Amino acid sequence: MSYYCPHTKEDIKAMLGAIGVNSVDDLFKDIKPSYKPKSFDLPKGKSEMEVMDYFQKLAATNCSSIAKFIGGGFYDHYIPAVADALSSRSEFYTAYTPYQPECSQGTLQAVYEYQSAICALTGMEIANASLYDGGTALYEAAMMATKITGRNKIVVDGGVNPIYRKILYTYTKNLHIDFVEIPVSHSQSTRAEMFKYFDDKTAGVILQNPNFFGAIDDHTDIIEKAHSVGAIAIESVYPISLGLLKSPREMNADIATGEGQSMGLPLSFGGPYLGFMATKKEFARKMPGRIAGVTVDKNGKRGFVLTLQAREQHIRREKATSNICSNEALCAMRAIIYLASLGKEGLRELAQLNHDKAEFAKTLLEKIKGVEVKRNSPTFNEFTVLLPKDADSVVNAMIDKNFFAGIPLGRFYKDMEKYLLVAVTEKRSKKEIEDFAVALKSVI
Amino acid sequence: MELIFEKSVKGRRGISLPVPDVPTAKMDGRYLRAKAAELPEVSELDIVRHFTNLSRMNFSVDTNFYPLGSCTMKYNPKFTETIANLAGFRELHPLMAQFDYAEGLVRGALEVLYDVEVLLAEITGMKEVTTEPLAGAHGELTGIMLIAAYHNHKKNKKKYVLVPDSSHGTNPASAAIAGYELISIPTGKDGCVDMDEYKAKLTNDVAAVMLTCPNTLGIFNTHIKEVADLAHKVDALMYYDGANLNAIMGKVRPGDVGFDVIHLNLHKTFATPHGGGGPGAGPVGVSEKLVDFLPVPKVVKNKDGSFSLKENKPKSIGRIAPFYGNFGVILKAYAYILLLGREGLIEASEMAVLNANYCMALLKKAYNLPYDRTCMHEFVLSAAKQLEHGIRALDIAKYLIDNGIHPPTIYFPLIVKEAIMVEPTETESKETLDRFIEVMLKAAELSQKDPEVLKNAPTTMPVSRLDEVKAAKDINCSHI
Repeated sequence: MSYYCPHTKEDIKAMLGAIGVNSVDDLFKDIKPSYKPKSFDLPKGKSEMEVMDYFQKLAATNCSSIAKFIGGGFYDHYIPAVADALSSRSEFYTAYTPYQPECSQGTLQAVYEYQSAICALTGMEIANASLYDGGTALYEAAMMATKITGRNKIVVDGGVNPIYRKILYTYTKNLHIDFVEIPVSHSQSTRAEMFKYFDDKTAGVILQNPNFFGAIDDHTDIIEKAHSVGAIAIESVYPISLGLLKSPREMNADIATGEGQSMGLPLSFGGPYLGFMATKKEFARKMPGRIAGVTVDKNGKRGFVLTLQAREQHIRREKATSNICSNEALCAMRAIIYLASLGKEGLRELAQLNHDKAEFAKTLLEKIKGVEVKRNSPTFNEFTVLLPKDADSVVNAMIDKNFFAGIPLGRFYKDMEKYLLVAVTEKRSKKEIEDFAVALKSVI
Repeated sequence: MELIFEKSVKGRRGISLPVPDVPTAKMDGRYLRAKAAELPEVSELDIVRHFTNLSRMNFSVDTNFYPLGSCTMKYNPKFTETIANLAGFRELHPLMAQFDYAEGLVRGALEVLYDVEVLLAEITGMKEVTTEPLAGAHGELTGIMLIAAYHNHKKNKKKYVLVPDSSHGTNPASAAIAGYELISIPTGKDGCVDMDEYKAKLTNDVAAVMLTCPNTLGIFNTHIKEVADLAHKVDALMYYDGANLNAIMGKVRPGDVGFDVIHLNLHKTFATPHGGGGPGAGPVGVSEKLVDFLPVPKVVKNKDGSFSLKENKPKSIGRIAPFYGNFGVILKAYAYILLLGREGLIEASEMAVLNANYCMALLKKAYNLPYDRTCMHEFVLSAAKQLEHGIRALDIAKYLIDNGIHPPTIYFPLIVKEAIMVEPTETESKETLDRFIEVMLKAAELSQKDPEVLKNAPTTMPVSRLDEVKAAKDINCSHI
């Protein structure tokens, strides 16, 4: 058993004496004997060595070293050593939400810098200190749109990540929000179909770039149309792609959101991840979550505080903009360290590298007989492939060759059983991509 | 300190990328951004020095006593970090679990989730647990959505959620966001829910009663079973805010005294670090009534000992997170539970309660104690006496900073005037507590003798007292 409690018997005796009771049990007298647990059947404590051995064995049963051509919004990007080294400084990770700014300037300034970097990426004016994940961020953006407009219809592009769409619908089940989903396949948003649902009841439109099929788009026209009916335009974006692609602001979106996992966070089987959100200044007070802001101290020196707290649950309680309390500050810390490491040119180069590797993969894959790379739209680093047989079985066969080949789209879309969504990041070498193509050919 | 953006010099780089080994492919110009994002251009050493120096401007559990009431800032064992960083967990893509042949790829990860759910169910006395929620407040929202699903399924027409006036702000916020209207119940003289008011407000229209037990005054509600029995009579469900579970491990289980839903803040009770505001993790446990409504996917153990994800649950509320929760955080909590074991968890609660009562006993001489009775792992003082000299709870907090102590929570719960909410946690030594008590007593003394010292504090930090009003008025939340 590990002892993190430092008290000796003498300490305990002295403390009980100061309190004026005879035993520790006396301190639990408010818990009636009839409230005793029916059971508390837990294993005996173990040593670090024993626990380490147990987890090492467990970890070894996971196939983590497989070459990952799988994305779906969560990517196998390289993580610079500085991101691990600096975010694991315990002054950062063992601190709490910075309620006392004078002794939390480290966290607060880092969060402010993170917000600044998110604004730089998205082109927006104000960002929050992060949300739980990209899906939650999208849901919170949808709620913002209903609050800003006082309307309740949300038009959702079918190219929005199906995982996010499920989260969106779960969260809002008990609220009076009508979602309209616009179908799309292997391509850009289908404008004509979408515009049918833009009217004076539309609170917002939710778009994604690149979309789940990997297609990149310029949504300027859709956003303009949304604005013409008084709706809010929400754009979910893949941060690495913003090294190259038009920013949400350049398309005149009102709210930008996304999943921050790609910015220096390990895949870690689903979390912790990081949802980012940025908007125009005019909507700052409608944006949920923590926000760090600049101010001055008594002597006029610059300092940072959590600001706009009047919107939050600890002050406004049931009238708060959201119930979000904690954010993902340590993950945001990794993101700013990651982005600062890459810098302005590095992010552009990284994005280009991702794009080029994916394009290279396309050229090899489409040489395989029976395989068709969908080229309906330009893509960033993920694209769809039509296979001559069920994609599930192909992915299965590819695992034996040590490749995780991608996402069989039949899992998320009807009649797409033969489609595979393939992602290629900078971590996939030319050789690995070539081997991937050879392996795919052999299992088709 | 300068911003990392202010240290930017055009042309500097923090990391080199591999030389491209594939041809460059041009992209259609209409999809490209006009200008590269204005990220800082800095060297690796610039970055290392910048963030290392920033870290030194922080108070943290590893550097300072941090008795932040209601937030449970206990020591975070280093060992559990090592576990979460094992490559077999850290580099695992979550979608790999969602295919038919997943077990061969992610068996260990699924086993972790399954075992953690079983352990947390045993600790809380609930029937089943989901690890999916990503934070305590997220767990709360999930819990209320489960309650709504239950009532919808039974075609119960319910409109209200009852919440004590001492509750965490997330309780009313979560209930409101799940579509309910709030009714606040006042706190009685004993610091517990006022039973007469409770009975009067508990009608057939009530969907749920949300309680923290021990509550935010640090008091265990001695009538808790009666509260639950009355709620169940009108088919209202009992929601347990698990923020204070640290006080009662092995002493009482929420499931045994009638709670139907509980969320846990893993970072509080199970010592996972909170990272300056997150990540946390907020698993939710439920009683038999709510099992069918738990979110998907759910990890199940098959008869042959294998594990799989169950997606098809017709009554489920659906998906509330992209995957299976904050897995890295869940791993740390799991390792912590295995290290401490049954006796260690009980000891943790006992020592947390001992430490709180010790501090309370010695501080009530100098500060008002609005609810003077045995506390659990935290207690609430009032600086009302000090206010007579013009000294507020805020001033005392800032004075503690000058003495190297992170201040307790102040101005919460809202029902106590000039509240100072202290939670020492079980991992602090008597020497640390004695020093804290000494500084608090000194603050009380100074409030009479030399109040200016308190009003001017802190003077030892990188910045002195900051103008929070200005920050909200002249909004500057981005350097760009």
